[in-house]
Amino acid sequence: MKLESKAPDGPIETRWERHKFGMQVVNPANKRKFKVIMVGTGLAGGAGAASLADLGYDVEAFCYQDSPRRAHSIAAQGGINAAKNYQGDGDSIYRLFYDTVKGGDFRARESNVYRLAQVSVDIIDQCAALGVPFAREYGGLLANRSFGGAQVSRTFYARGQTGQQLLLGAYSHLARTIANGKVKMHERCEMVDLIVVDGRARGIVTRDLVTGKVEAHLGDAVILATGGYGNVFYLSTNAKGCNTSAIWRAHRRGAGFANPCFTQIHPTCIPQGGDYQSKLTLMSESLRNDGRIWVPRKKEDCTKDPSTIAEKDRYYYLEEKYPKFGNLMPRDVASRQAKFVCDDGLGVGPEIAGVRRGVYLDFADAIKRDSEAVVREKYGNLFDMYERITGENPYKVPMRIYPATHYTMGGLWVDYNLQSTIPGLLVAGEANFSDHGANRLGASALMQGLADGFFILPYVVGHYLADAGKSKGVDESHPEVKAAIKGVQERVQTFIDVGQKGKRTVDDFHRELGAIIWNHCGMARTEKGLKEAIAKIPTLHEEFRKDVKILGGGEELNRELEKAMRVDDFFELGALMCRDALERDESAGCHFREEHQTKADPSVPGSYGGECVRNDEQFAHAAVWEWNGAGKPETRNTEPLTYEFIKLAARKY
Amino acid sequence: MSESIDLKLHVWRQNGPKDQGRFEDYSAYAKNISTHASFLECLDVVNERLVLAGKDPIVFDHDCREGICGACGVVINGEPHGPQKATTTCQLHMRKFTNGQELYVEPWRATAFPVIKDLAVDRGAFDRIVQAGGFITARAGSAPDANDIPVPKPIADDAMDAAACIGCGACVAACPNASASLFVSAKVGHLGVLPQGQAERDSRVLHMVAQHEHEGFGGCSNHYLCESACPKEISVKWIARMNRDLLKASVTHAPPTKSGGGDG
Ligand SMILES: Cc1cc2nc3c(=O)[nH]c(=O)nc-3n(C[C@H](O)[C@H](O)[C@H](O)COP(=O)(O)OP(=O)(O)OC[C@H]3O[C@@H](n4cnc5c(N)ncnc54)[C@H](O)[C@@H]3O)c2cc1C
Ligand code: FES
Repeated sequence: MKLESKAPDGPIETRWERHKFGMQVVNPANKRKFKVIMVGTGLAGGAGAASLADLGYDVEAFCYQDSPRRAHSIAAQGGINAAKNYQGDGDSIYRLFYDTVKGGDFRARESNVYRLAQVSVDIIDQCAALGVPFAREYGGLLANRSFGGAQVSRTFYARGQTGQQLLLGAYSHLARTIANGKVKMHERCEMVDLIVVDGRARGIVTRDLVTGKVEAHLGDAVILATGGYGNVFYLSTNAKGCNTSAIWRAHRRGAGFANPCFTQIHPTCIPQGGDYQSKLTLMSESLRNDGRIWVPRKKEDCTKDPSTIAEKDRYYYLEEKYPKFGNLMPRDVASRQAKFVCDDGLGVGPEIAGVRRGVYLDFADAIKRDSEAVVREKYGNLFDMYERITGENPYKVPMRIYPATHYTMGGLWVDYNLQSTIPGLLVAGEANFSDHGANRLGASALMQGLADGFFILPYVVGHYLADAGKSKGVDESHPEVKAAIKGVQERVQTFIDVGQKGKRTVDDFHRELGAIIWNHCGMARTEKGLKEAIAKIPTLHEEFRKDVKILGGGEELNRELEKAMRVDDFFELGALMCRDALERDESAGCHFREEHQTKADPSVPGSYGGECVRNDEQFAHAAVWEWNGAGKPETRNTEPLTYEFIKLAARKY
Repeated sequence: MSESIDLKLHVWRQNGPKDQGRFEDYSAYAKNISTHASFLECLDVVNERLVLAGKDPIVFDHDCREGICGACGVVINGEPHGPQKATTTCQLHMRKFTNGQELYVEPWRATAFPVIKDLAVDRGAFDRIVQAGGFITARAGSAPDANDIPVPKPIADDAMDAAACIGCGACVAACPNASASLFVSAKVGHLGVLPQGQAERDSRVLHMVAQHEHEGFGGCSNHYLCESACPKEISVKWIARMNRDLLKASVTHAPPTKSGGGDG
């Protein structure tokens, strides 16, 4: 597998500018002759489809929901970063670049990250022009807040609904291009395979989720903007429909999959309440600004009413271990420490599978200090949401929180032109692996999605098409197209046949798979655990393929079949995640191998150990996996990462 | 409060838009439901039991399950999104119901929202209304610096109040006329109060209202049931404002000759 990053060299400030100038362009009259397939219409895909249509390309776009307005970008609460330095507090493109590379624990490509920081400023302009109602100061200028431990205020927001407002902006933009006939939108339509002809991506196979019809859609380039794969864990903060199928099927057709084990866990989610639980809900990290995190020091206190536990019997583990940052420790550290105290039997809340998985997030001190009214003013809607879900009043009893899967840094490998290892297949947004390394900073995913969609795809798509030209001779009758359709039809039929006799529901299998991956490839990973998972997953997958229960047929609305096809792909991805985590024999960002952590040093105050120890000599690279056929082990390729501008250094708190 | 309850559950089943549809009694499958589960998780449990019993599971729309995507929504005992104020179906929890309670669960009912199957309806009409004019034309790369156009905080806040609409369709389900006026007015209002939205303000309201009519939604006759059903508590004041905008636009602006969204 050839992994050429195509990243420009020379001064980093002018790389993108020079690269753009060097790119080929399609002349305006010719653009409409090219058809671009856009799979996914969240921030990345919605903005991308609309921008390509505005340039004159003929676009066909797809989403699995009933409307592009419902993509999971809508759920982002916190905000979007941009290096505007409107606050005059010392922010700059370079600082955002620096923070992102460092936050990603030196596992992202410098050129890409710099470009992201650069175009971040244009995103805010574009979104404001589209009518996104960003928070404003009294003078009418844009307001900012500091987010996720950043030292500067660079986060733009729209109440607690930033993702919703940005998506509605991109969606309205897309709506205009649908109305003027430049984009043809297919809702409730799921990509289930990629069509590759003569080594180039030429189209996709979809299944209509209402009629069950399987058909091909052909084009001159295919873009995947299908979001993250966090649902591999079953319980996550993703929407129920989020899946890996589009990128996984592309992977099976030859697209390299990079760093699948880099998955981010968010520390402040509402814990699981019972076996019926279908998803987890995230609460804004801002809660950690005023809430204090603790668990009882003694196991026997874990089931007691927290108000009866004396101060000296409370273990404020983050404050004790990390006095400097305390409850504001970065996501990965805060999450891991919560896991460790619960593993030690100090967790609170309902017991599920023998363990209580929850820690207190207590606002009593903040209420005493600032009054309930002040706390309500800041966090009222979050407290309401918490009460709606748990039935408990967080003004009176401490909240219970636990980490949950939230974002996937891994994804299809792309070069600087967002092109995967299959020519003509581009990947944007959370679906690609590019910009966040081993750990993503808060408020940077929305930024990346819109950067890709509004400001990068329009250039790189043109560059590819100008070079590759119009795809000739590929229509519905082409043998590759027919074979791809037939393959999907057969796969559907197999599920229908097995499903009639099967005995276990799709969700039941998915829950079991999710638990294996969560336990062994979640917040902390070990060689032993990963090997165990690698042995278990294929066996369970076999069982799934023989014993899953699905009613009804393929050519109709069939939700169990939809889920089964997605879970089938999660099985293969899950196994690869564990392999990737096993082979990456170091700790980096979210990827915490227990074998590689700092040791506590009693002679140094505050040295509790438990931090990542990277191995830059052996692992300063992206691991890119190559499919070799079903049942065959994948090949691990690498793209070396070099740091010309930011010195490789350990993260220290 | 008891930790689990049994329900007398009646669910609307309809095998496509042409089918007559009927209530089915699923009480046998709705026993021992955790009060901590959400309403959709209760339906999940019922569905898993139905599948294992070899019965067709109930189809309902959902995605985010955190009250923001607007995909979910059913009528529970006559109330869109059920009994809890300002709460979507996915955020409604079973502790709001009592042991042995009788529940009738139905889809949104409106001519403009044909039933796809069971509790899932086709809300494509909403997308077409937005396509008719619910946008500000601004190509990527053409925007001025965001701080070049100051937006006073009260105006930004006002716009945000309207922009909070999740497009679920509960307003239509609640309205005796099956009008989508609250939905349309929220979009018209959100863009119409912002300085950026002024250039297209007249054509926006004209086109969107025309498309609303074209889709077969009813007119607003001030019942205001939409406001109380809205999970985001969008105020009916937006309808009044839209009507003012519409009146003004229809005297100053030539009426649209065609509906912008088309039938697609
Ligand atoms: C709860 C939550 C809170 C977050 N908060 C923040 C935040 O405050 N700030 C921040 O920067 N980031 C945040 N993130 C991360 C951020 O929201 C996402 O990473 C980002 O929105 C992803 O955008 P996207 O366009 O790549 O994908 P999505 O918005 O997920 O869109 C995916 C699209 O692909 C389509 N699709 C998927 N699979 C298929 C298929 N097989 N066939 C056809 N179509 C398909 C979907 O229909 C959809 O249109 C948050 C994430 C979550 C879950
Ligand atoms: S499922 Fe998204 S609002 Fe209910």
